[in-house]
Amino acid sequence: MTAPLIQIEALSKRFQSGGGLFTKPRAMMAVREVTLTVGKGEVLGVVGESGCGKSTLARLVLRLIEPTSGRVTFDGTEITALSPSALRKMRRRMAMVFQDPYSSLDPRYTLADVLAEPFRVQNEQVPAGRIEAMLTAVGLPAELAGSHPHQLSGGQRQRVGIARALALQPDFVVLDEPTASLDVSIQAQIIALLADLRDRLGLTYLFISHDLGLVRYFCDRIMVMYLGSVVEVLPDARTAPRHPYAQALMQSNFAPDPARRRVIEPLKGEIPSPFALPPGCAFASRCPRASDLCRRQTPALDDDATHPVACFHPL
Amino acid sequence: MSALLDLQSVSVSIGRVALLDGIGLTVKRGQILGLVGESGSGKSLTAMAAMGLLPLIGGRVAAGVVRFDGQDMAAMTEVQRRKLRGRRIGFVTQNPMTALDPVQRIGEQVDIVSRLHLGLSRADARARTLDLLTQLRIPEAGTVAEAWPHQLSGGMKQRIVIAMALAGDPDLIIADEPTTALDVTVQAQIIQILGNLVRDRGVSLLLITHDMSVVAQVCDRVAVLYAGRVAEEGPVGPIFAAPAHPYTAALIGCIPQEGMEKGSLAGIPGAVPSAMTFPAGCRFHPRCPRASEACRTSQPPILPRGEGRVACHHPEVAA
Repeated sequence: MTAPLIQIEALSKRFQSGGGLFTKPRAMMAVREVTLTVGKGEVLGVVGESGCGKSTLARLVLRLIEPTSGRVTFDGTEITALSPSALRKMRRRMAMVFQDPYSSLDPRYTLADVLAEPFRVQNEQVPAGRIEAMLTAVGLPAELAGSHPHQLSGGQRQRVGIARALALQPDFVVLDEPTASLDVSIQAQIIALLADLRDRLGLTYLFISHDLGLVRYFCDRIMVMYLGSVVEVLPDARTAPRHPYAQALMQSNFAPDPARRRVIEPLKGEIPSPFALPPGCAFASRCPRASDLCRRQTPALDDDATHPVACFHPL
Repeated sequence: MSALLDLQSVSVSIGRVALLDGIGLTVKRGQILGLVGESGSGKSLTAMAAMGLLPLIGGRVAAGVVRFDGQDMAAMTEVQRRKLRGRRIGFVTQNPMTALDPVQRIGEQVDIVSRLHLGLSRADARARTLDLLTQLRIPEAGTVAEAWPHQLSGGMKQRIVIAMALAGDPDLIIADEPTTALDVTVQAQIIQILGNLVRDRGVSLLLITHDMSVVAQVCDRVAVLYAGRVAEEGPVGPIFAAPAHPYTAALIGCIPQEGMEKGSLAGIPGAVPSAMTFPAGCRFHPRCPRASEACRTSQPPILPRGEGRVACHHPEVAA
């Protein structure tokens, strides 16, 4: 791996919910003791089902929300310790592309307004010709600068979302399911655009998705999350998963080939409530390999430097 | 095998805008037909036409015939069509979050279908509901039947919607992107459950999706729709082995596959045109790598192709 751009140490986030006059508040750990490093120029994938904490992790890494404990270091500076004004300066080096291009653009802004906003936040003038150059860079005609979001298709909107993220020429971009609400044909276009921008601008990505097939295509390393914890880190796109959950995720992808139909061994049971996790491994209730040990003790990530897995009975 | 649902050269308009142009589709008994294409291709509109629901959105069948089990839907009264829906045609919507009534218990919502359409008593309807929920692999069906929609996960809600579609003991189920709103693990389960149930009961399924890998996994035949016309139709085996239409090939090429080289996933350039601006000739030509002068000016002929057909001036020659 190249020099680290981002170091995350024992990062946790605890959410509290409810708690009225007569009810006790309930607490859940959305992200639990996550430690990881993202190298410069790397594309790190984070994969897991809805509610596994992947979007919370993304927001923690950018310090859009405050962690309960743990540290995030960006290019040598601990951003979890920065003052608000210092953090704002630092923010120009990091950006985020949101999942839903329909709700992440203000319907009353023109595209030029949308793309000028990052500069306004930093108290800067938009350099001449920059808006047009940004639109062109993401494959949109410069004439669209005066249009409103409702005049655009979903794919075009997501291109605007990407252009906005890149406005201040950041080093690091968090991509939070950027293609989840798009057609597969448009998804492929957007992924190709993101790969091209990464090569041209030397970007580092944290790519969040629930689609392990897509993550394996696009990412250098892959972190698999289940109910707030990292259960496996795959060192590359070809290595077979060792955690039963990661394997189940992989088997959920169909091949576009009727000769290779799968009989899926569906995951048993439901995801346990994050407010009342059972003791032991959080996946044990759905795992075909679970033993008594799994229901008593929580497996930790082992210390394999390249391919760590948190499982008592890995494949 | 006889045709259960048969659309012959169906054209659909809303106001003066022609949206579907000469759609021909057949779903035979016990068969699963995949209807695929990007957003805006006309998939959902085709489903509305098949159920006789076009008047709801101000649309009408401008030409062609829709037949269900040999009967012309246009010749039926609205009362007859309403009896058909729910009883003989079950419908599974895309978004399970909005398909359920939030203030009615799960069990009652499923019960009502068989009470209304099969005339079952309360007790018989509930027994049937519990049986269906169990078949859909819902654990503790009795508890779930007493639950409210907000207490269930998205995948669980979608199973309830499928149970409602099955409760009238229909001959045909139309499922409009039933897994698009769900996680991949849940999608895989739902597709598998739906496929198995349909095969076990000999029900026909019209499965609408934009994902060719879902079609490959579960369908017998596939119809590829583009900008309101059928581009290619036929059994899944030959079509996936050697797609004749460039659009079919492009849709298959959009799926990331194991061991794919980075950079090989290109997508399809451009976007589906809106019905106001359908191009002349072949409607796919502005996005097609093989487009020629003929494609720009004249509508492609429909050529037979094995047990299917393709509408293209330059189809890929079968190996």
